[in-house]
Amino acid sequence: MAMALNPMEQFEVKPLIEQPILHIGSHPIFFTNQALLMLIVTIAASLFLTLAMSRRSLVPGRAQSMAEMSYEFVAGMLNSAAGEDGLKFLPFVFTLFIFVLFSNFFGMIPGSFTVTSQIAVTFALASLVILTVIVVGFIKHGFGFLMLFVPKAPIYLLPLLMLIEFISFCTRPISLSVRLFANMLAGHTMLAVFGGFVVMLGAAGGVLSFLSIAPMFLIVAIMLLEFLVAFLQAYVFAILTCIYLNEALHLHDHH
Amino acid sequence: MDLAAAKMIGAGLACIALVGAGIGIGNVFGSYLSGALRNPGAAATQSTNLLLGFALCEATGLFGLVIALLILFAF
Repeated sequence: MAMALNPMEQFEVKPLIEQPILHIGSHPIFFTNQALLMLIVTIAASLFLTLAMSRRSLVPGRAQSMAEMSYEFVAGMLNSAAGEDGLKFLPFVFTLFIFVLFSNFFGMIPGSFTVTSQIAVTFALASLVILTVIVVGFIKHGFGFLMLFVPKAPIYLLPLLMLIEFISFCTRPISLSVRLFANMLAGHTMLAVFGGFVVMLGAAGGVLSFLSIAPMFLIVAIMLLEFLVAFLQAYVFAILTCIYLNEALHLHDHH
Repeated sequence: MDLAAAKMIGAGLACIALVGAGIGIGNVFGSYLSGALRNPGAAATQSTNLLLGFALCEATGLFGLVIALLILFAF
């Protein structure tokens, strides 16, 4: 039996306007549903943070304390992972965290589109992080940054360990991006599959129609889990950025 | 065996990766709980490491899931 609904259909990037908005070379650039959602996410995040902080009252209201809490949360995370001198990267890490968090949460709205379920988006973010780490490392330490690949070990183990360290550094952008992408993809696919159960059972008629209540409750439970995952993945993305920045700033020695 | 059947079997096999993720997540939370009950004072300070371990663990299983999806939809 064919599936009633294709669970992967929700990840389809389709142009919202028929005409391409500009051409790069001969390659047409379309305004897609993904571009629209990214625009909404960016505007919503900027509006929320500016409006919430516009009053600047000494005793914060609800919106202001939410904005302050998210700021202090990221600052504390960066401070504990990368130390005092890591704090100059707070704007970078905070922007990443808020963008990923808002994208994940906007994706949880039924019928909307999850920006972070596209590997193109997450890989762009992850390569931005890794490029920042490499640039910061070379600016701070010069070619001494390459000592990152030389752990403290007996000399005869060094060639092998250097190779392993190098490979593990190279796989970081892949693991960082695939982690976020796979979590979002898996969660939303699971929701769609269980949604398909409800539709199929409901259409079956008789007693089976009443049984469609069961997967419905399961969807509610999974939805709650997905909200946790949405926050957790933004958190993990940010904390891993902090950890990588710490390695670029301090190499192997602890701050 | 035709290609479609082989794809289905391959995708199913790729999901075995989730076994490891299950064991790993159980291990992360189990170890945290046994540690936290022995020394409740230090438990709150380790919640960062708990969440980090959980997320890293879960991701390895999901890599397998991505392979399954790639087999099914990309090739």
